Amino acid sequence: MAVNSSSQNNDADGSRSFELKAASFTLPIIRLMDNNVEAVAARLGKKVEKAPHFFRNTPVVIDLSGLAGSGAGGADLPLLVGLLRGYGMIPFGVRGGSKEQHAAAEALELAVLRDSYVKRDKTKEAEGAEPEDSAPSEQAPQPRASQGQAQRANQGFLLVTRPVRSGQRVYAAGGDLSITAAVSSGAELMADGNIHVYGPLRGRALAGMSGNLEARIFCQDLQAELVSIAGHYRVSENIPSEMRGVPVQIFLDQKVLRIEKL
Amino acid sequence: MARIIVITSGKGGVGKTTTSAALAMGLAQQGKRTVVIDFDVGLRNLDLIMGCERRVVYDFINVINGEANLNQALIRDKRCDHLYVLPASQTRDKDALTKEGVDRVLTELSEGYDFIVCDSPAGIEHGANMAMYFADDAVVVTNPEVSSVRDSDRMLGILSSRSRRAENGEEPISEYLLLTRYDPERVANGEMLSVDDVQEILSLKLLGVVPESKAVLNASNAGVPVILDRESDAGQAYNDMVSRYLGEDVPHRFLNPEKKGFLSRLFKG
Ligand SMILES: Nc1ncnc2c1ncn2[C@@H]1O[C@H](COP(=O)(O)OP(=O)(O)O)[C@@H](O)[C@H]1O
Ligand SMILES: [Mg+2]
Repeated sequence: MAVNSSSQNNDADGSRSFELKAASFTLPIIRLMDNNVEAVAARLGKKVEKAPHFFRNTPVVIDLSGLAGSGAGGADLPLLVGLLRGYGMIPFGVRGGSKEQHAAAEALELAVLRDSYVKRDKTKEAEGAEPEDSAPSEQAPQPRASQGQAQRANQGFLLVTRPVRSGQRVYAAGGDLSITAAVSSGAELMADGNIHVYGPLRGRALAGMSGNLEARIFCQDLQAELVSIAGHYRVSENIPSEMRGVPVQIFLDQKVLRIEKL
Repeated sequence: MARIIVITSGKGGVGKTTTSAALAMGLAQQGKRTVVIDFDVGLRNLDLIMGCERRVVYDFINVINGEANLNQALIRDKRCDHLYVLPASQTRDKDALTKEGVDRVLTELSEGYDFIVCDSPAGIEHGANMAMYFADDAVVVTNPEVSSVRDSDRMLGILSSRSRRAENGEEPISEYLLLTRYDPERVANGEMLSVDDVQEILSLKLLGVVPESKAVLNASNAGVPVILDRESDAGQAYNDMVSRYLGEDVPHRFLNPEKKGFLSRLFKG
């Protein structure tokens, strides 16, 4: 019997069902130099306005190498991905970046493009990346994450009974996060599962951090700056006023973020 | 064992030093052996407000560096036997405040005193971190303005994570709110946040509300902690604060605009 030397696979009936090949594509890369999602949003917004068609349905790779040392881990990635999607782009992978960022990317079902997949155009590019890392961004204030104290859950859920203050971050990795106190504006809650807040929620809440579309946010008194489920987010401005200050749940309905009174 | 109290704030100029002097004097007058330490290296002014600036020989940094011992550096208050001041250095580099050095001084003081009041510089720089690190209690001094409240909130977050108690997994620092420079009339006009507004945002135990008062400036010019000015509203408010800190249940005063008499209403409109 002759062995098939190509990578074609034949089914039992001899018909071909797939073929494995390698091909290379030229793709836009968005190289982040600033971990502050708002800053990125503002600048990107201007670019997109100028050439909306260029970005629509464009697959993009997110290059994280410019963020090295910013210390923010992978926490902002879901926001960034949500932002790019909001502009019609199709983020499908990341390159560069830290272990945390890779974990966050994998959680979002993004590909992590290792260097072996990424052909270095020139060594120049790689060299150029290093000094830029330490170059300060235009903004004087530190990105908000800089003083964040990420608390990690170890039993799959996390209960916080003290107020979460401006500048603090709480992350319930792998489970739910429950807060029985106030969450200040400038504070950030993250959970791979649901988030429950029994005091006023004035900061940010990001549930379903690892891409769980079923995750929900429940809160007694919604005054949030931003809410997000699995990277689909809404900022304060777009939260209807009748939902503010009342008990609500926030969830995804066909990938659309919905806020509903409880 | 002394209780270590840090007087802190996110923003400068809110009344920390005024409060440190008042609290220390108030505690000492209640018979508590008290020492107040100026952590604001390079900007020393606690000694001015305490009125002992002309008796400074050695300072906190001298003690940390082993150039003087505590007894040489501590200045005894002339008005109250139980009160001592450890002044800051005006000239030295802030980095001279090492964690080990501060720890050593506080440990030594802990044996002989009931309370150690630490007057912190503003913000989250090194000196502030050193002042808060060893604290048992924190008084967060806040003015009734949005920016000050925001900064205090941030400060509270840092307090709960960057302290010895947090690092050792002990009972967290007890946090108290002190509202200062409270101007009931401007609050009534909606120009400043009310006590309730601030309480709602910070949800902290309210230790006191100190009104905006000319007595504060007069007292600091005279080198007399304002708490000794029993006639003044600010002095009385600080006295109430000390009683509350020591566990008494004292109602808050000076929260409402002064009732104007018929004549002043007529003329001022
Ligand atoms: N209750 C008050 N009423 C009026 N002025 C005050 C009051 N509290 C503080 N001040 C003034 O505010 C300024 C800053 O006070 P200070 O205690 O030195 O603040 P900090 O130590 O926080 O920088 C000083 O000029 C002081 O006289
Ligand atoms: Mg001061």
